[in-house]
Amino acid sequence: MDFLNAVVALTNFVLIPAIAYGSQLALGALGVTLIYGILRFSNFAHGDSMAFGAMVTILVTWWFQSMGVSIAPLPTALLALPFGIVGTGLMLLATDRVVYRFYRRVKAKPIVFVMASMGVMFIMNGLVRFVIGPDDQRFADGARFIISARDFKEWSGLREGLAFKTSQGLTIVTAVIVVAALFWFLNKTRTGKSMRAFSDNEDLALLSGINPERVVMITWMIVAGLITIAGVLYGLDKTFKPFTYFQLLLPIFASAIVGGLGNPLGAIAGGFVIAFSEVGVTYAWKKVVTYLLPESLAPSSLVQLMSTDYKFAVSFVILIIVLLFKPTGLFRGQSV
Amino acid sequence: MKKFLMATAATALMSGAAFAEDVKIGVLLGFTGPLESLAPHIAGGAELAVQEVNDSGLFMDGSTVSAVRADATCVDAAAATAAAERLITSDGVKGIVGAMCSGATGAVLTSVSLPNGIVQISPSATSPGLSTIEDNGLFFRLAPSDARQGELMADIIKGRGIDEVAVTYTNNDYGKGLADSFAAAFEAAGGTVTINAAHEEGKADYSAEVGALASAGGQALVVAGYSDQGGSGIIQGSLDTGAFDTFVLPDGMVSDVLTEKFGSDLDGSFGQHPSSANDGAGKLEEMLAAVDLDGTSPYAKEGYDSAAVLLLAMQAAGSTDGAAVSKAILDIANAPGEPIGPGELGKALEILAGGGEIDYVGGSDVELIGPGESGGSYREVEIEGGEIKAVKFH
Repeated sequence: MDFLNAVVALTNFVLIPAIAYGSQLALGALGVTLIYGILRFSNFAHGDSMAFGAMVTILVTWWFQSMGVSIAPLPTALLALPFGIVGTGLMLLATDRVVYRFYRRVKAKPIVFVMASMGVMFIMNGLVRFVIGPDDQRFADGARFIISARDFKEWSGLREGLAFKTSQGLTIVTAVIVVAALFWFLNKTRTGKSMRAFSDNEDLALLSGINPERVVMITWMIVAGLITIAGVLYGLDKTFKPFTYFQLLLPIFASAIVGGLGNPLGAIAGGFVIAFSEVGVTYAWKKVVTYLLPESLAPSSLVQLMSTDYKFAVSFVILIIVLLFKPTGLFRGQSV
Repeated sequence: MKKFLMATAATALMSGAAFAEDVKIGVLLGFTGPLESLAPHIAGGAELAVQEVNDSGLFMDGSTVSAVRADATCVDAAAATAAAERLITSDGVKGIVGAMCSGATGAVLTSVSLPNGIVQISPSATSPGLSTIEDNGLFFRLAPSDARQGELMADIIKGRGIDEVAVTYTNNDYGKGLADSFAAAFEAAGGTVTINAAHEEGKADYSAEVGALASAGGQALVVAGYSDQGGSGIIQGSLDTGAFDTFVLPDGMVSDVLTEKFGSDLDGSFGQHPSSANDGAGKLEEMLAAVDLDGTSPYAKEGYDSAAVLLLAMQAAGSTDGAAVSKAILDIANAPGEPIGPGELGKALEILAGGGEIDYVGGSDVELIGPGESGGSYREVEIEGGEIKAVKFH
C-alpha cells in the first residue's frame, strides 16, 4: 500500500506535470530546430511568436464563447486553433517578407539573422501586449479534469490523490499526433524530402531544382502550426500571460540544443530531458521517500535538491554540460 | 510713540494675515505597480478629507490645504524616495500620507522624511519591521503591524483544532514579515510549521511550489500572498493536485476574486483581515461612494483617516512644523476627548481651535498604540457555500 502511495504521489507531482510540460517544450523546440535547420538561424522571436499564436486563438475562442459555440467537454480553444494557426502563419510570412527575405538575398551571416530576430521579438512582444494586455487571460472551458484527486482517492482508497487534467491529457495526445504527422511529412512526402534536402545541402538542393522560396514558405507555415499549438496548450494547461512566453524561450532553446540543433528527434528528446530535470530537481522528495523507506529511516528534511526558485537555472546548467561534453547535442545535430 | 504702536499693530495684523497660507500635503502611493488597483481609492479618500477641511474654512486661521499626488510604485524604493524628495523640495509639502507598501514606506522614511523632519503617515504598510525602525517619532501608520496579525492567525488556527500547517508567502517585506511572525507565534503555541516557503508573483505555473508544500504536508495551507496573482495560483495548484483542501487566508487573500474563481471548492477555508465594526465605517463608505470611490476597497478608509489625522494634528499643534505635529498626533487620535467620526472634521477643527480635546475615531476606528501604529481590530471570516462570511471580530 505504501509502495502504491509512493507511485501515485510521484505520478501526481512529477510524472504527469513533467510529461505535459515536456510535450509543450518539445513542440516549441521542434519549431526552433526546423528554423535552424532550414533557414539557418536561431529565431529569438520564437517565444513571442508563440504568444502571438495563442493570442489570436484566444481572441477567436472568446468570439466563439460569446456566440455560445462549444465542444464541451473539450475546450473551445481547440475549435479556434485552426484560425490561430492561419493568423500566425500570415504573421510569420509577413515578417519573413519584410525582414528576413532581405537578409537571405544579401546572404547575411547567421548572427545578423539572430539580431534581426531579436528586433522582431521586441516588436511582437509589444504587439501582443498592446492587443491583449500584459495580464493573465483565462480562456479555458469545458471539463477541467479527466481524473480529479478527490474522485481518485474515493475510488482507490489510497491516501494520495491523483489528478489528471483535461489540458494535460490534451497536451500529450496532441503532441503525439503532431509529432507523428510531422515525421510522416518530412520522411514520406515530396515536399518534406525537398525540405530535408535543402537543410542538408543548400547548393545541391538548388541544383536539383528545388525552389528555395517555396521551402522557406512551407517551413514558416509548419512552424506557425507548431508554435500556435504549443502556445495554446501551454496557455490551457497553465495560464496565458505574454511575459511567461518570453521566459519560455530559454527552456525551449535549451531543449533544442540539448537534443541537437536541426535534429527533430533531438528536439523532442531534449524537451523531455529539460522538463524532467526541472521538475525532478526542484521537487521535494520527502513524501515519496517516506512511503518507500521504513519508518526509522524517514527523512526529517524535505529532500529537495534545489528550491523551486532555481527552476530556470536547471535548464542553464544542463545546457552548459551538454555544450561542454557533446557540443552537437545528444542526437548529433549541428554544433553551435 | 503712538505712531510706533500703530505701526506694530498693523504689522501684527499683516503678519496674522500672512499666516493664512496654502498648506500642501503629499499623497505618495503606489499608483503604478502590483497594488495599482487599490491606490486610487486610498488617494481619493485622502483628498476627500482635504476637501472637507477646506470646505469648513476653519483650518489654521483660514489656511487652505491642497494635496499633491506622487507615485511610490510599491516595488522600486529608489523611485519612491525620488518622488518623496521632489514632494518636499519642489512642492514644499508639510506632511506625507504614504507610502502604501512596507518596503517603499521604510525607504522613504529613512532617506527622506527623517532627514527633512517631515511627518509621514502610512495608511497601509503592515510590515513588523516598521514598528522598530528609527523614526524620531515622525512615522505613524493606521494599519496594524503584521506581528499582530500573525499572532491572531495562530490563535484562530489553534482554536480550530489544527496543529500542523504548511506556510507559503509572497517573496517581499509583507509576505515574509507575516509568515515569520505567524510561524513564531504558532510554534510558541505548540503548533508545527512543516514548511515556510516563498513563492514569486506572476508565474504561469505553481505546480513545483505546490509539490514542495504537499510533500511537507499539513492539515491546512497558510497562503500569505496576493489574491490577484501568486496566491490564487498556489490555491489553484493545490486544489488541482488535491494537495490541500483547507486554506488559511490573511488580509491580502480575503477577496471576492477568490470566491469568484474557486466557488465552493474553498468551503471550510478561513482567514482574517483588518476591519472594524464601528458606525464610522459605514458612514465613510457612503461618503466615498458619493464621489465614486469604493470605501470597501482595502485601506481606502485608512486613506481618509490618514489625511484627517495629519491635518487635525497640524491644527492642534497650531503649526506645520514636523516635530510639533508629530507630538500632537497621539493626543488627537486617542482618548480623552470628543469622539470624531468621518464627516465631522469641521467640528473637530472648531474644538481644537477653541483649545478643546478630541479623540479621532474616523472610518477605521483609529487608536494608536506603541510606536504610533494602529492596534488593529480584525474580522475573522470563513468561506461557506462559495461566499465569504464574517464569523466574529477580534
